[in-house]
Amino acid sequence: MAGFAAHSQAGRFATDTLVSPYSALVSPYSAIVAAEPNVKELAMLALDAAKSAGAGYADIRFVRNRNQNISTREQRVSGVSDNETYGFGIRTLVNGSWGFAASRDLTRDEVSRVAKQAVAQARANRSALVRPVVLAPTPPVTGTWNSPLEIDPFAVAIEDKVGLLLSANQAALAVKGAKFCSSSMFFLREEKTFASTEGSFTVQTIYRTLPSMTVTATGNGDFATRESVEVAPRGLGYEHVRDSQLVTNASKWADEAVQKLTAKSVDVGRYDLVLHPSHLWLTIHESVAHPTELDRAMGYEANYAGTSFVAPPEKVLGTLKYGSELMNIRGDRTQVGSLSACGWDDEGVKPEDFDIIKNGVFVDYDTTREQALWLDWYYKKLGKTTRSHGCSYAQTWSAVQFQRMPNVSLQPGTKDLGWDDLIAATDRGIAIIGDGSFSIDQQRYNAQFGGQVFYEIKGGKIVGMLKDVAYQMKTPEFWASLDMVGGPKSYFMGGAFNDAKGQPVQVNAVSHGSPVARFHNVNVINTGRTA
Amino acid sequence: MTTLRSLAISARYLSRDECDAIAKRALSFATADETRVLVNSTSLANTRFAVNQISTGGDSFDAVITVISRLGKRSGSSSTNQLDDDSLRTTVQMAERLAKLSPEDPEAMPELGPQSYQAGVNWSDVTASQDPATRADAVKRIADPAKAAGLVSTGFMEAITSAQAIANNKGLFAYSRSTSSVLTTTVRTEDGTGSGWAGATHYDWSKINPSTLGTRATEKARTSVKAVAIEPGRYTVVFEPTAVGNLVQFITGALNARAADEGRSFFSLPDGKNKIGTKVVDERVTIVSDPYDPDVAGSPFTGDGSPAQRVVWIENGIVKNLNYDRYWAQHQGRTPTNSGGSIRMSGGTASLDDLIRSTQRGLLVTRFWYLRPVDARTILYTGLTRDGTYLIENGKITKPVKNLRFNDSPVFMLNNLDALGIPERVSASEGGDPGQAIMVPPIKVHDFNFTSLSDAV
Repeated sequence: MAGFAAHSQAGRFATDTLVSPYSALVSPYSAIVAAEPNVKELAMLALDAAKSAGAGYADIRFVRNRNQNISTREQRVSGVSDNETYGFGIRTLVNGSWGFAASRDLTRDEVSRVAKQAVAQARANRSALVRPVVLAPTPPVTGTWNSPLEIDPFAVAIEDKVGLLLSANQAALAVKGAKFCSSSMFFLREEKTFASTEGSFTVQTIYRTLPSMTVTATGNGDFATRESVEVAPRGLGYEHVRDSQLVTNASKWADEAVQKLTAKSVDVGRYDLVLHPSHLWLTIHESVAHPTELDRAMGYEANYAGTSFVAPPEKVLGTLKYGSELMNIRGDRTQVGSLSACGWDDEGVKPEDFDIIKNGVFVDYDTTREQALWLDWYYKKLGKTTRSHGCSYAQTWSAVQFQRMPNVSLQPGTKDLGWDDLIAATDRGIAIIGDGSFSIDQQRYNAQFGGQVFYEIKGGKIVGMLKDVAYQMKTPEFWASLDMVGGPKSYFMGGAFNDAKGQPVQVNAVSHGSPVARFHNVNVINTGRTA
Repeated sequence: MTTLRSLAISARYLSRDECDAIAKRALSFATADETRVLVNSTSLANTRFAVNQISTGGDSFDAVITVISRLGKRSGSSSTNQLDDDSLRTTVQMAERLAKLSPEDPEAMPELGPQSYQAGVNWSDVTASQDPATRADAVKRIADPAKAAGLVSTGFMEAITSAQAIANNKGLFAYSRSTSSVLTTTVRTEDGTGSGWAGATHYDWSKINPSTLGTRATEKARTSVKAVAIEPGRYTVVFEPTAVGNLVQFITGALNARAADEGRSFFSLPDGKNKIGTKVVDERVTIVSDPYDPDVAGSPFTGDGSPAQRVVWIENGIVKNLNYDRYWAQHQGRTPTNSGGSIRMSGGTASLDDLIRSTQRGLLVTRFWYLRPVDARTILYTGLTRDGTYLIENGKITKPVKNLRFNDSPVFMLNNLDALGIPERVSASEGGDPGQAIMVPPIKVHDFNFTSLSDAV
């Protein structure tokens, strides 16, 4: 099985065509937050207003978010849009109770009014207070942080982006049986200024980029699709589009969509699963990253996202056997190009890398400042300082920040094993590439995952493509069956922009890295039915 | 900066005159052949509670202007939430620049001229004036009894006040204001062995009773304790209306005419034909969208300014309409559907208790969770039961059962229909937002396919 990771210049793209279509415009998007002198002044006004109104603590985020979306189907452009939103949100803590208010009017009067509104809301919320909120200490921080960026996606000509997508569509549709193809590019630049009453003031510029394609093959009254899921969203610039080789990969994806039409329908039963990181990232996300969020474990998300089987903390921290000894999971917001990467979280904490599962045993949760103190007893026992891991995040200026997962990744093994090695070591199994259908219960025990492409393994060799495959699992049983992990060379980060949690629902962008991995004797069902 | 009206009610939104003025200013900067301006203003007000106390809340206001410019068959779109002249002018220029740089779109449709609209019927002053103290009081009405009973309550409520306007340089102008509100709550036992949910949504907050919902969730939490395992398999199931709403919305989500005509949908037939005129579910099932149905009201216009209208999707089990946009309607010689997007499904006269009483052996499902598509060819979904799943024996609920995962299609479900009850408005969105307006009955079906058990409570 060929790998995905080759990097070279993509089809039509050439660096000498980087002519901005916006260069002739007086763009409202050209100024960045840091360059606007009144933002700091507005921040100080708001924080002073919050304190005068009675807030013991307050923070403010100004966020300017610009995104660009280009979408095509077959040989037509179905949409080109460029959008901007700019505003601020103020969070206040009044005698242990939170309040939050936000507005798009960036005026002196409005920031003061909204600060007072947030304090008034915190007071109203105190009527049902049982346990006052207390924040773990964090040192005041100042500074700037930017996503690593080779090519600013907003400076690349629209014609080049459109040309690349249409070339990729053409390559896909040249494959016999591939009838439909849609493709798109999404780019985000988020400029975020944070200030708190504790003296923090940070300015960050975050980029996100995702090129994607879906090819549909039809035939004999049937249809099948292949999505480009192994091109993951990244916290990078246009270089990620270039390195994704859409035109080269398009014919491979189209070919696989056509093959899916005539693939053998899977026989139900138990199989060893060889999982590619482009698939496994989503299983890690659902069955490891979500249940190890402390707010879920403490019941704060019971009404929507759910609670967690990794609870209560005092009965599981340092003792719960989560998986086999090969299972080492770490949280971080530092991996280069990852979606969670940042300099400081949304309450001014510098994130730290931390172990979540060590040699198969659960050792820590994601935390914010409010939550870290809930585990004070545990960190004291370990002789560690009680501090937030830096997991506070809000999707935009109008939403309140709360605990969101960082990048949560399975660590590679020490042996230099790759995809082919795991297949060669497998007698009867199924190899799965790419994420597909996914569903898991509200405590993260019972899950079902599909994929993009499935291959039958017999006697250490791939013998053909399968379809209608999904595996059903119980989380601890599944991770206990992890019996082979690939080496560092097989490591790849998948991810998504749209991890949903909280009410009202907010999306978080997050990456999950993993090596190739094998799971022993997993229950596979057949999802094919006749209408 | 546009000055916003000071209103007796607390929520902010842009008036018809303000939207008209903003649209006219934006259109005055336009040089494209055709320009459409959309003005959306929204106030969001919410309160969350967890472990019997308020955890977070939020009040926000935003106004977004989107400009769509067309030069011949080329188009581009840009949006901003800054309403000063410079921002509007630059946003118009950006949309026109993107249009110039885009290739011609053979499917481009011309802007509509002036249209007439009925007034929307989903506005409530009570919802628009909901404040944090009102929400805090609602929390107490759920959390205080829960706390007193040794239970743990969690929940969310939200009031949304918004106004939408569409204008173009062909003289079209549409304006509508609306409200929506929702309250959902999950009550759990302290030991985590029981969990119950209740929720309601309506454009009028006064139609939602927090105490009633708290009582219902509490009852389910108590009665779901110590659930027993049963064998997965095919069961007769009584679905509460929320569970029906969870699944039926996937049928209306699959009604795209183009996908059907292109052979990549459940509604496809061979040789480029579709299933209009074909019976696909039990003849007792009729599904309608009507923006002026007061129980499930929606916007009086669609995103391009077309007047929204009543659409019958399925009548007596037979597909009557698929969803045609303006281009595909013209291509296929049909009229555009212009549905408002709500769902009203036909029902019967039975109560939920009647459905349970008529069941020899089966399951009662309160709602579903984490529903995701598995196979578009059959609208096959997977997901799990949650917050109240029970065994029915000899016409009575006899014990709680562990949650179950299913792999099945709402189309198969509505073919295996035994009985329908009285339709109710439900809160059927996964995230607890007001979501799609849905009114569906409780139903009883046979042979629903559960494939595994979950230990989750």
